[in-house]
Amino acid sequence: MATFPEYIAQNEERDGVRFSWNVWPSSRLEATRMVVPVAALFTPLKERPDLPPIQYEPVLCSRATCRAVLNPLCQVDYRAKLWACNFCYQRNQFPPSYAGISEVNQPAELLPQFSTIEYVVQRGPQMPLVFLYVVDTCMEDEDLQALKESLQMSLSLLPPTALVGLITFGRMVQVHELGCEGISKSYVFRGTKDLNAKQLQEMLGLTKPAASQGRGPQTAQQPLSNRFLQPVQKIDMNLTDLLGELQRDPWPVTQGKRPLRSLGVAMSIAVGLLECTFPNTGARIMTFIGGPATQGPGMVVGDELKTPIRSWHDLEKDNAKFMKKATKHYESLANRASTNGHIIDIYACALDQTGLLEMKCCANYTGGYMVMADSFNTSLFKQTFQRVFTKDVQGSFKMAFAATLEVKTSREIKVSGAIGPCVSLSAKGPCVSENEIGTGGTCQWKICGLDPSTTLALYFEVVNQHNAPIPQGGRGAIQFVTQYQHSSGQRRIRVSTTARNWADAQTQIQSIAASFDQEAAAILMARLAVYRAETEEGPDVLRWLDRQLIRLFMFHLRRSPFLQVFNNSPDESSYYRHQFNRQDLTQALIMIQPVLYAYSFNGPPEPVLLDSSSILPDRILLMDTFFQILIYHGETVAQWRKAGYQEMAEYENFRHLLQAPVDDAQELLHTRFPMPRYIDTEHGGSQARFLLSKVNPSQTHNNMYAWGQESGAPILTDDVSLQVFMDHLKKLAVSSAA
Amino acid sequence: MNVNQHTPMASPYGQPQPGYGQPGYAPLDGGYPAPYAPYNGPASAYQPGAPQQGPARGPPASGAPPVSAPQPYNQYSQSQGDMQNGPPLMTQAPPRPAVSQPYNHGAVNLPGPQPSFPQHYGPPPSMQQVTNQMTGMQIASGPPTPAGPGYAPPHSSQPPVSNAYSAAPPPSYTHAPPPVSSAPTQPPPPSGPAPSQQYYGGPPPPSQQQFNSSLPPTSQQQFTSPAPPPSSQQSFPPTSYSGPPPFSSAPPPVSQPAFVSGPPPPAQGSFPPRAPPPSSQPGSFPPPGPPPTSLPSGQYTGPMPPQQQPPPTQPSPYHSGPPPPGSQMPPTSMAQSNHLPPGPQGPPGPPGPLQQHPPQPGMPGGFPPQQNGAFGQVRGPQPGYAGPYPGQPNYGAPAPAPAPAPPAQKRLDPDAIPSPIQVIEDDKAKSTEPFTTGVRGQAPPLVTTNFQVKDQGNASPRFVRCTAYNMPCTADMAKQSQVPLAAVIKPLATLPQDESPPYLVDHGEGGPIRCNRCKAYMCPYMQFIEGGRRFQCGFCSCVTEVPPHYFQHLDHTGKRVDCYDRPELSLGSYEFLATVDYCKNNKLPQPPAFIFLIDVSYNAVKSGMVNIVCQELKTLLDYLPRENPEMDSMVRVGFVTYNKVLHFYNVKASLAQPQMLVVSDVSDMFVPLLDGFLVNVNESRLVIESLLDQIPEMFADTRETETVFGPVIQAGLEALKAADCAGKLFVFHTSLPIAEAPGKLKNREDKKLIGTDKEKSLFQPQVGFYNTLAKECVAQGCCVDLFLFPNQYVDVATLGVVPVSTGGSVYKYTYFQAQTDKERFLNDLRRDVQKLVGFDAVMRVRTSTGIRATDFFGSFFMSNTTDVELAGLDCDKAITVEFKHDDKLSEETGALMQCAVLYTSCSGQRRLRVHNMAVNCCSQLADLYRNCETDTIINFFSKYAFRGILSNPTKAVRDTLVNQCAQILACYRKNCASPSSAGQLILPECMKLLPVYLNCVLKSDVLLPGADVSLDDRAYLRQLISCMDVAESHVFFYPRLLPLTKLESGSLPVAVRDSEERLSKGGVYILETGLHLFLWVGASVQQELLLNIFGTPSFSQIDPNMTSLPVLDNPFSERLREIIDSFRAQRSRYMKLMVVKQEDRTELIFRHFLVEDKSASGGASYVDFLCHMHKEIRQLLS
Repeated sequence: MATFPEYIAQNEERDGVRFSWNVWPSSRLEATRMVVPVAALFTPLKERPDLPPIQYEPVLCSRATCRAVLNPLCQVDYRAKLWACNFCYQRNQFPPSYAGISEVNQPAELLPQFSTIEYVVQRGPQMPLVFLYVVDTCMEDEDLQALKESLQMSLSLLPPTALVGLITFGRMVQVHELGCEGISKSYVFRGTKDLNAKQLQEMLGLTKPAASQGRGPQTAQQPLSNRFLQPVQKIDMNLTDLLGELQRDPWPVTQGKRPLRSLGVAMSIAVGLLECTFPNTGARIMTFIGGPATQGPGMVVGDELKTPIRSWHDLEKDNAKFMKKATKHYESLANRASTNGHIIDIYACALDQTGLLEMKCCANYTGGYMVMADSFNTSLFKQTFQRVFTKDVQGSFKMAFAATLEVKTSREIKVSGAIGPCVSLSAKGPCVSENEIGTGGTCQWKICGLDPSTTLALYFEVVNQHNAPIPQGGRGAIQFVTQYQHSSGQRRIRVSTTARNWADAQTQIQSIAASFDQEAAAILMARLAVYRAETEEGPDVLRWLDRQLIRLFMFHLRRSPFLQVFNNSPDESSYYRHQFNRQDLTQALIMIQPVLYAYSFNGPPEPVLLDSSSILPDRILLMDTFFQILIYHGETVAQWRKAGYQEMAEYENFRHLLQAPVDDAQELLHTRFPMPRYIDTEHGGSQARFLLSKVNPSQTHNNMYAWGQESGAPILTDDVSLQVFMDHLKKLAVSSAA
Repeated sequence: MNVNQHTPMASPYGQPQPGYGQPGYAPLDGGYPAPYAPYNGPASAYQPGAPQQGPARGPPASGAPPVSAPQPYNQYSQSQGDMQNGPPLMTQAPPRPAVSQPYNHGAVNLPGPQPSFPQHYGPPPSMQQVTNQMTGMQIASGPPTPAGPGYAPPHSSQPPVSNAYSAAPPPSYTHAPPPVSSAPTQPPPPSGPAPSQQYYGGPPPPSQQQFNSSLPPTSQQQFTSPAPPPSSQQSFPPTSYSGPPPFSSAPPPVSQPAFVSGPPPPAQGSFPPRAPPPSSQPGSFPPPGPPPTSLPSGQYTGPMPPQQQPPPTQPSPYHSGPPPPGSQMPPTSMAQSNHLPPGPQGPPGPPGPLQQHPPQPGMPGGFPPQQNGAFGQVRGPQPGYAGPYPGQPNYGAPAPAPAPAPPAQKRLDPDAIPSPIQVIEDDKAKSTEPFTTGVRGQAPPLVTTNFQVKDQGNASPRFVRCTAYNMPCTADMAKQSQVPLAAVIKPLATLPQDESPPYLVDHGEGGPIRCNRCKAYMCPYMQFIEGGRRFQCGFCSCVTEVPPHYFQHLDHTGKRVDCYDRPELSLGSYEFLATVDYCKNNKLPQPPAFIFLIDVSYNAVKSGMVNIVCQELKTLLDYLPRENPEMDSMVRVGFVTYNKVLHFYNVKASLAQPQMLVVSDVSDMFVPLLDGFLVNVNESRLVIESLLDQIPEMFADTRETETVFGPVIQAGLEALKAADCAGKLFVFHTSLPIAEAPGKLKNREDKKLIGTDKEKSLFQPQVGFYNTLAKECVAQGCCVDLFLFPNQYVDVATLGVVPVSTGGSVYKYTYFQAQTDKERFLNDLRRDVQKLVGFDAVMRVRTSTGIRATDFFGSFFMSNTTDVELAGLDCDKAITVEFKHDDKLSEETGALMQCAVLYTSCSGQRRLRVHNMAVNCCSQLADLYRNCETDTIINFFSKYAFRGILSNPTKAVRDTLVNQCAQILACYRKNCASPSSAGQLILPECMKLLPVYLNCVLKSDVLLPGADVSLDDRAYLRQLISCMDVAESHVFFYPRLLPLTKLESGSLPVAVRDSEERLSKGGVYILETGLHLFLWVGASVQQELLLNIFGTPSFSQIDPNMTSLPVLDNPFSERLREIIDSFRAQRSRYMKLMVVKQEDRTELIFRHFLVEDKSASGGASYVDFLCHMHKEIRQLLS
């Protein structure tokens, strides 16, 4: 058997799953003593280009409460054509199509290498993708122009059959009818009045496609487009013109006022429009906002400029009078959207806050993207937006729609909950734990928007009683069944079945300890912490965390924007947390503990400690915090660069040195979504603060003389350094506080 | 009719009391007929007389002058002079009023209740009749004409004749005037009769005599003719009744032609014969001349009966009465006595009259029959008569029998009762000089007269007309007289080209100079004192400092030296430039905007309306109102279409194509866009044209039938609010708004409610929503014009609330069809869009101490009791203001009123238009009655009544009107007319048309709906009347009916009275009401005429659906079309031409406008109503 790290990597590679423990304590009591629960980071759509599409449907366990999918772990009686469910031990007959089954003729799902397998469902109509743009028009002309161009560009990236729609808003909300000849037509709604789906349907004169569902797919296809959502191929030009003619919201904004922005109603209408036209069909509502909602339901700030938008300070003092109402509004929208399988993306580009705090649930519940930038006229937005439409090797979008994730477990273990961009489907079952962690109380979750990196944290509870030992060599199994709408319109089902050994903690403690996946555990705990931070008071969370786990990561986690609100606006916190909650393990790790590379003439680039001591004059540092890519030129290097040595032929090596981190940064930039902020700075540069705020302040103005004079740079902070933190922890650990 | 007019004018009037007798008296009814009958004889004589008059006119004094002169005067003189009937002032007559005496007519007795009236009038009518006959004669045949002339000449030549005439009239009429004769007269009458008989009778021997006795006067002619030439009559009868009838009464002639379709020819034939008789008559005339005196009295009475026609009509209503009459007989007799100068008759009765009497009694009893009979009799003698009358089989029948029996029964001769046409023509003839406004208390010429106005310190009658130019000094007097004190103000009236519009005065930054206390604006009534340093307000007497910049020295008379350099010191009407203090929010206004809101539901598209509007707007937008013709209009435009939802359009100049913004949330209306909705036409022309091209296409296949309405107006309102300007909405709407939205309505048309106490609810808006909305509109200066194209009930009463409250108009095109109604609609639209209009207006009427403006009628909104708020005020809108005393007025200072309208012009300038008006005050009721204007009073009454039906049962409203009029007339009779028999109907000269006009109001569709009149129509008319000026209301209630037999360039044919009997079967007539225009073609019209007009020789080939006449190259056709065009140009709404062929189905519609006849809906005929009125008055007097 390979080492645990190799095992972990292999499992992750194959199934997209990483458990905090890879050997499970066999009783509830022991499990609780482990502090870190049995949990998994699961990436449902882990990219598996090698996975062959299976053109038939999965074979299910016949027990109504189980319905587990036939998998390699099942015991199969080839002669009797029977298989035993490894979750409920039900014996099932193979369906007639499996008549030819034998030990040498096994279907793919029984092969061990297909512990993860993807079925393509042939039934049902192929649903087109739906993209509904919701565009704010209250922004500077420059921004609006950039946004218009991005949107026009995006049309060319959409599949020709995809349906698109356009809603614009400012003081009013306009739903544009597409494909009108000679005159452009739109339905206008007041920005201050919310409408339910029925009212909206009447006002837009829409009929549900459901009306024709009874008939064949041919007729069903017809009503699938309506006046507001039409195939790109048909209204490409029309929509391009329409976007081109988009004007800034014409209503006058008097001095000292914010423009009236009816974001809440606009989103409500977008949700309502899809709700009554394409329920349970994959659809993206892409919202582009240039500022906070200032009127109507969902407003987060009044239109008086003299009243600033809420800050953490206001929230603590309960001074944000619009927040609760707005949050409620957006939550209800998010719930409606997720119920129908629709995604809400938010692209917020403004220098000030835009209300992401209130709106976060829209993206979080639906698996939508949340992108925050300073302006639509930045490459950050433009490239990020473009990257939404990237395709995989098969030419399909790297996005999936309207997914449901179902978890099935062996009897000894139950699922407590999930943390990630999902909502509960409230499906009770034998494998649902009574202890909820995150979104719990269910074994099914809806994930309206998925991409290959979307990762959920799933928490389990070992329920086996101490006095009912599990036979030696027994394995606990967990099956993840993800049904989703592929971007090609097909319905697909991906099934991943994993199993881990049980171990008696008393006798096999080493083995359990060795199976601990530090990284996964850190992220899982971090997610839990963030989840709690979102739902509970901040300081308590930190205290809880301190008590829970004390390892290296936690030092950075404590300082990270996920838990620390100091120096971050509520919107930024929401944004960071959103990303943290959906990214996979690697990215999440970077978020918690940024990566620092050093480039110098002393050798090849090397990762260095995220410590102030790493900041040296003759080095170029490349820091990746996920959200930022920062290149920092040490003092000497900066002087050289200023002197222009890189221009001289004889200093070509210096030019290469300068170029190396840039190239590396580009590589990172190109692969990451959302695109990070790219910062190029130097010693003494104002933006160097981003670096200085991340490194471990091992040298500060308080202690710098105690250390070597020449090494590192002092950080002007009162934060404790890792050293102090550790010392303190050790003291705590040995004290009898526990 | 025509004839009548022609001759009448001349003859009747000319002589004696044209105005008087005829108008007032004409009434003599058939009732009198009997008596008249005899008269007829005389009448014939009359005729001659009449003719004479014509000539006489001038010479009134001259001809009969001497003798008659006095008498005539009494009777006729009035007419001559002035309206005053007042027999009272014979002398005054000259002044005007005095003349009125002619009243005699008025004096007419009322035999039977109604009948009596006519009868009374009869005498005068006789005059008319005569004329009629004359006319008839003329028409009838060559002979007649000669006769006419002949007569005339004769008469004129023969003073005696005239005398006779005059004499005759006097007696009867003027008891007062001819007092001479009056008292004596009566007695004389008898004798008179005799004489008359002699006159007439003479010729017409026995029968006539009898008649004569009864009715020497008017009818006589007829009678006479018949009588004398019994043979002739016979001949007539044989020929055709008509023959005789014509004779019998003037009307007859006319009618005859018309009526006796078959007979006509014969009639004519007969005529000739008559002609002879006439001649004889003439002869008789002279004789009559002497007797006239008697005649008058006698004549009065019965004579007219011949009118026959009335009978038939009247019958029904009155008839009922008839039977009773029998019983009443006794009373009747009373009545008779009343009618016919009882006195006279009485006396006559015994003598010759006896016969008459009988008839009279009969009259009362069975009026109708009587009438018939009367006629019959009259003509009766002319049994044939009855027969002849086409329409009146009744007559015929009854006539024959009764006729003989109760020859006495009379009918008022329509020609004997006051004739609107006569009054109008007289006024025209009189008003040759420009009217100067400088003299206080002077009544202007009638609205039907063309005259020029010179502003010399009071507002032109085009701006302000009053009901009374002599206001009673005290509230008691006012109350006693019951004459409404009101002014009809049309602040932005368009003036003819030869009159300059009000000057614009700028008093600089301080704004207009005003009285410190009552805030009246500087005007000619301000008295400068202390060397010009202060001025005393003419309204409240407060003394105010003159601002230094306005100081000017006074001349020796106390006038400012610059008095004539400053419009505000020398003119009645002028404008001030308002300062920012007079603006909303203290901000100068933005130029106004026009928003077109077009219904695009199925019906609208299908009827072609949408297409027409869109096509028209493309060109119409170049003619938006502007003050300077050189400049582009400042008015911005916006477009909205709607059905269940609203579609706004962005037509910003920079757009490549228009944008449509749909607002489907109609429950809470808002404007979806700001920039690009209201645009300058020139800048956005291409986009607008593209839009207008596309709208019909876009909705060509619509299947949406439901519409909203409230949100539509809200949308326009919100748009104006957003643009911060005033403006006008043009709403083109088709159906009842039943879609779910604010202001949703349901169909509530319930015919069962009509006539009940709940009827009023049908005129009230069914929801309160529109009242609130109207208020908001007014606050924003948002005027709404509504064009309706309904195919069924749309609830005009409710939909019209906003237009009516905002100074807008409602246009209604029921069953709109592009082909036939396009022209009318487009012309209305063009005019509506182009006309000058002011926005966001506030009107305030200030008065001198003693009276106060207490009530206002029109299209506006009032949030308090003094300020009339008009979101929009255009040049066609009039506001009627009622005044009440709150103190005494002094004769010395008179009563002053100042109407100030603050408004925003169409270029966005804030202005104040000021109209000043001063009227006299009087302490004598006679002065009041001498200076009234009936047209204006009717305008007031109609508005008052039409508003009244909102809160009272219709019947109560009608009764109130009748009562008030009766009181007015009774008051006059009691206090101003010289004492005379109670049975006489005496009308003030100025108000002699009050009964006929009032009757028109009472039988209008609003107050007395026919079965086919929809609730919408009534509500529509009700609202329409509320903002009419005097000219419009006049023609609306008493349509103009012109014969088209001969057309001369430069002048219009003289109108004829609105009665079927005035129509000649061989003629072509045009009738206009301000809303409708008919071309009536007689069944036996000459081919030549048809060829000239229609280009076809055959009656049957005339297309009754044509809406415009073919363009033919002949003078007649050209002139006719010219006339039609000129009519249309005069009215604020385009009149669709409707060709009505006699006896065609559409004739029913046409007949509805023959307002002197009984109406299908039960409205009384003029004659009947006059009788009724007389009864009422008598009741009041007793």
